[in-house]
Amino acid sequence: MIDVNVSLSRWPFRRLPDDETPRLVKRLKEAGITQAWAGSYDALLHKDVDGVNRRLVEECNTHGDGLLHPFGCVNPMLPDWQEDIRRCREVHQMRGIRLHPNYHGYKLDAPEFDELLRLATENKLIVQLSVMMEDERTQHPLVQVPAVNTAPLSDVLSHHPAIPFILLNSQREVQGEALTRLAAAGNVYFDMAMQESVGGIEKLLRLVPHDRILFGSHAPFFYHESASLKIEESDLGETLRRMITVENASRLPHSN
Amino acid sequence: MIWDLHCHLSGVDGSTPDERIAMLMEYADRMGVERLVFFMGMNWSHEPTPDDLRQQNHEVLQAISHWHDRAFGFAYVSPQHVEASLEEIGRCIANGPMVGIKLWVAGKCSDEAIDAIIERAAELKAVIFQHTWFKVTGNLPGESSPLDLLTLARRHPQVPIICGHTGGDWERGIRAIRAASNVSIGLGGFDPTAGVTEMAVRELGARRVIYGSDIGGRSFASQLAKVKGADIPDKARQLILGQNLRRLLLPILREKGIEA
Ligand SMILES: [Zn+2]
Repeated sequence: MIDVNVSLSRWPFRRLPDDETPRLVKRLKEAGITQAWAGSYDALLHKDVDGVNRRLVEECNTHGDGLLHPFGCVNPMLPDWQEDIRRCREVHQMRGIRLHPNYHGYKLDAPEFDELLRLATENKLIVQLSVMMEDERTQHPLVQVPAVNTAPLSDVLSHHPAIPFILLNSQREVQGEALTRLAAAGNVYFDMAMQESVGGIEKLLRLVPHDRILFGSHAPFFYHESASLKIEESDLGETLRRMITVENASRLPHSN
Repeated sequence: MIWDLHCHLSGVDGSTPDERIAMLMEYADRMGVERLVFFMGMNWSHEPTPDDLRQQNHEVLQAISHWHDRAFGFAYVSPQHVEASLEEIGRCIANGPMVGIKLWVAGKCSDEAIDAIIERAAELKAVIFQHTWFKVTGNLPGESSPLDLLTLARRHPQVPIICGHTGGDWERGIRAIRAASNVSIGLGGFDPTAGVTEMAVRELGARRVIYGSDIGGRSFASQLAKVKGADIPDKARQLILGQNLRRLLLPILREKGIEA
């Protein structure tokens, strides 16, 4: 199985049971994960983004056992951020990047976001965007970060139809018709880490085509079992189960 | 053995309570959940009228009527309507099949207005479940925090009370009720944030921690993950998944002649 939503290093506000990479890798292997796309929690608040990305790559290489694939941080509010995109591709040889517009302070109709998507397309990078990391109700009182407003996204992505774009942790914010519209806007995919309700994946399948849903756990912030158990809870059948847990992600452009 | 403390009929496909519970039982089977506690009906309001309470309890009674071997009901009551709540406790628990009460967000449980309800429930050995949250974004006017629950628990030190949602912000919630040994926490109805169950077991002991899902708003999956994925002894896991809830319910189940 391919988990498109894990993170390394330290969650800024508490220690997590699996925030040491070897432990996380062990947990992932036990769950049958053969490949995990890893961002870094350091990406949320650090400003030395290339330092974050270098450590991320090194951690994946040292402890990843071939399983972890680094997804770099790019923050278009920082000076000379375009260089980070180049380095992600050329120096760090990453497949993709992971964005946190809410922690970095820009809206999705900002010109920088448009330029970022253009550069990511040129550099053949998968773009992941994390809509939220933590329930707004439980955040640290001095660091309250609202979820990303995805309303401008369909429009922006229609200008970048080639880019493989993955929304992580989106289901609390993007629902119903808005979700269906977004799925139709471009080459857009969704992980299911924050999909809730009984038989949740079945419900997601009513709104999003089955080739656009990817297995993502949001571990180690979430217990990894949550994602695996969701696959069990929904009545998917073998074909759909394989698509969501392996094939959809492995078919993504720039995946290999 | 998995018993689920916290189940609803809302947010579920189906137009009647019967259809909804039948649907939920299919998923419960798939996830290995044997017994489920239901409370509140198909349509919710923050400040239910006495008629709302009766209607919602009616729906739960209807839903569980064909599932006596697997489903329990808690009567939905409100400190805003003490007389009506006592009537509902009489109708649904003393003279009906229900085995507990559910208090939501109509009024804070620290307010002494609630005491008559708590005392009557305790007399009947009914299990008491109070919703709690610590929202950094702000609680509803009548929404209790775990500290409000602590105030209530200290007024009734002999009465077991369940702190619903562990306050959501569980690092604060667990601390808030830690000193009140009559309070257990319900693990359902917030994100499956890793570490919650480990901290709860460390600070409260496994006997004060109870699995629940908060379906249909939540999944069995995300909420079971908090227990199945926790780094705790297997014995603790068994207590949390079912044995603790069974222990709390046994006195009233025995009186009603319900086998468990
Ligand atoms: Zn609930």
